[in-house]
Amino acid sequence: MDASLDLLVNAVISGLLLGGFYAAVSIGVAISFGMLDIVNIAHPGFILLGSYVAYFANTVLGMDPILAAVIALPAFYALGALVYQIYYVAFERRQDQSLGGLSFFFGLLFITEVALVLIFGVDYRLVQARYIGPSLNLGWIELPLRLFVPFLVSMVMVVGLQLFLSRSFLGRAIEAVAQDQLALRLMAANPTRIKRVAFGLSFATAAIAGAILIVIQPVEPSIGREYIGRVFAICVLGGLGSFSGMVIAAVTLGVVESLTATFFGPSWAPAVSFGVLLVTLAVRPSGILGR
Amino acid sequence: MPFALALVCVAAALFAVGRWLNISYAFFAAYVVVQYIVLGTAWNILGGYTGYVNFGITAFFALGAYSSVVLYKLVPSLPLPIMMVVGGIVAGLVGLGTGYLTLRLRGVFFSIATLALAVVVQTLITNWDFVGGARGAYVLRPRVAPLIGGDYIQYLFLLMLGLCVIALTTARAIEHSALGYGFAAIRDDELAAEASGVPTLRLKLIATVLSGGFMGMAGAPLPYYVTYLDPASGFSLNYAVNAIAMPLIGGTSSWLGPVVGAVLVGGLQEYIRVTISSAVNVLVAGILLVVFVVLAPEGIVGLFRRRRR
Repeated sequence: MDASLDLLVNAVISGLLLGGFYAAVSIGVAISFGMLDIVNIAHPGFILLGSYVAYFANTVLGMDPILAAVIALPAFYALGALVYQIYYVAFERRQDQSLGGLSFFFGLLFITEVALVLIFGVDYRLVQARYIGPSLNLGWIELPLRLFVPFLVSMVMVVGLQLFLSRSFLGRAIEAVAQDQLALRLMAANPTRIKRVAFGLSFATAAIAGAILIVIQPVEPSIGREYIGRVFAICVLGGLGSFSGMVIAAVTLGVVESLTATFFGPSWAPAVSFGVLLVTLAVRPSGILGR
Repeated sequence: MPFALALVCVAAALFAVGRWLNISYAFFAAYVVVQYIVLGTAWNILGGYTGYVNFGITAFFALGAYSSVVLYKLVPSLPLPIMMVVGGIVAGLVGLGTGYLTLRLRGVFFSIATLALAVVVQTLITNWDFVGGARGAYVLRPRVAPLIGGDYIQYLFLLMLGLCVIALTTARAIEHSALGYGFAAIRDDELAAEASGVPTLRLKLIATVLSGGFMGMAGAPLPYYVTYLDPASGFSLNYAVNAIAMPLIGGTSSWLGPVVGAVLVGGLQEYIRVTISSAVNVLVAGILLVVFVVLAPEGIVGLFRRRRR
C-alpha cells in the first residue's frame, strides 16, 4: 500500500466521520435558522454548555457522557422554550428581528462563554469512556471509536428528527410553520406554540452535540466560536431547512477540512469553512439542494 | 463645522485636565474608553444607521493592529498617525471585499459572514510567522512622547482622542446628509428604498468601508498600548461585545448613543475591574447588552427622548 494513498484514504474516512458529527452540531441551526427563521448564532455556545454538562456528570458522577446528555435533554428543551419565549416577546412580536434579535443571541453567546470560563476555567477538559482510545482495524483502514461512536449517535439523532418531522402530527405542524405561518393561523393553530416546541427541540440537540463534541476532542469555553462559521457554512451550503442537504454539506465540509488538516496542517482547518461559506453565498446562496 | 470645533474644544479640555493631573493610570483607563467610543461609533455607522449587524469587529480591529505590527517590523521609525491611516485602509478594503460578496443577500448572511471573517483572519494571523504567529509579537514603546513630551501613553491618548473627534464628526455629518437619509431608508425598508431609486448596494458598501476603516484605525495604536500582541488577545471577543453593546445601550439612532454607552459601560467596567475582578467586568457588557435589547431597544438616548415628548 502506497503511504500517501493510505494517508489520503484515512483522511477521507476520518473526514466522513467528522462530517457526521458536524451534522449533529448543525441540525439545531438547521431547525432554528432554516425552518423557524430565527438566527440563533448562540447555538455553538449552547453546545459547549452541553459539553460541560457531560463533563460534570462524567467526572463527578462517573456517568457516561452521552447517557448524561440524554438525561439532560428535558432541561435543555425547557431552557430552549424559555429563550424562545423571551425572543418572541422582545423581538418577533415587535417585528424587530434583525438588529435586536441578532444582538440578543450574540449577547447570549458571550454570556454562556464567560459563565463557563468563570465556573470551569480556561483549561481544556476531557471525559473518560470505554470507547475513547481504541480503534477498529479493518485491513489498512483505521476507525477510531472516539469518532465512530459520535458518528453513530449523530446519525441516529438526525434520522430520528427527520422521521419525527415527516411522520408525526406535531412534526408536520413544525414543517407547516416553516412554510407559511399565516396559513397556519387561518387553520386556528397557534404558530407561536409550535415554534416554541421546535426551538426547544433545536436547543435540546445541543445537549447531544455537546456530549459527542467532548468525546471527540478536549473542550475549552471559547472553541464554540470556531463552530459558528462551520455550522452556518453547512446550513447555507445544504440549503436552509433541508436535512438531507445539510448532511451532505456536513460530510463534504468534514472531508475537505480533514484533507486540509492532513496536507497543510491542522491550524488551517478553521479557514476552510469560511471559504466554503463565502463561495456559497457569492455563487449559489440557495445551497446544493436549495429550493 | 461648529460641531467639530466644539468637539475639539472638549477633547482639548479633557487632555489639558489629564496633563494637569498627570496620572498615568488615568490616561490608560481613558484611552480604553475613547477607543470604545471610536469602535462603537464605527459599528453604529453600519449597524445603527443601515441596520446591518457586523459581528466581525475583532477582524477589522485586529487588522489595524497587525498592520501596525508589520509596519513596525519593516520601518520602525514610521510615525504612528501614518500607521493608523494604513491600518484604516487595510481594514476598509477587507470590509469592501466582504461586503461586495455578501451585502446583496439578506442582512443575516452579512452578519454570519462577518462572524466567520473574524475566525478566518485570526487563523491567517496565527499562521503568519512574520508577525509572530501564535507566539505573539513585541513592540517597543518609546519612553517619551514625540512632539508633546511626557509619557508615551499621553501621545497615544491624544491620537485616539483626535480619531474620536474625526469619527464623531463623520457620524454626525452622515446623519444630516443625503447619505444618512439613504442609510435610514435602507434600515426602514430596503425594498422600498431600492424601488425609489436609492442605490442601496453602493450605500451599504460606503457604510461598510467607513465602519471597517474606523475600526482598523482604532486598532492601529493597540500594539503600542499593550506592547505585546498575540492573536488570542488581539481577537478577544470582548472588543466585539463592547463595540456592539455600547451603541445599543446608548442608543443607535444618533452619534450621541455610542458616546453615552461607551462612557457609562466603559467606566463601569473599569470600576468593576479595579474593585471586584477582571472576569466579572467582561460579563457586564454581555448582560447589559441582552437586558437593553430586550427591555429598552432604543437605548438610553431613546429613553430620554421619549420622556421629553
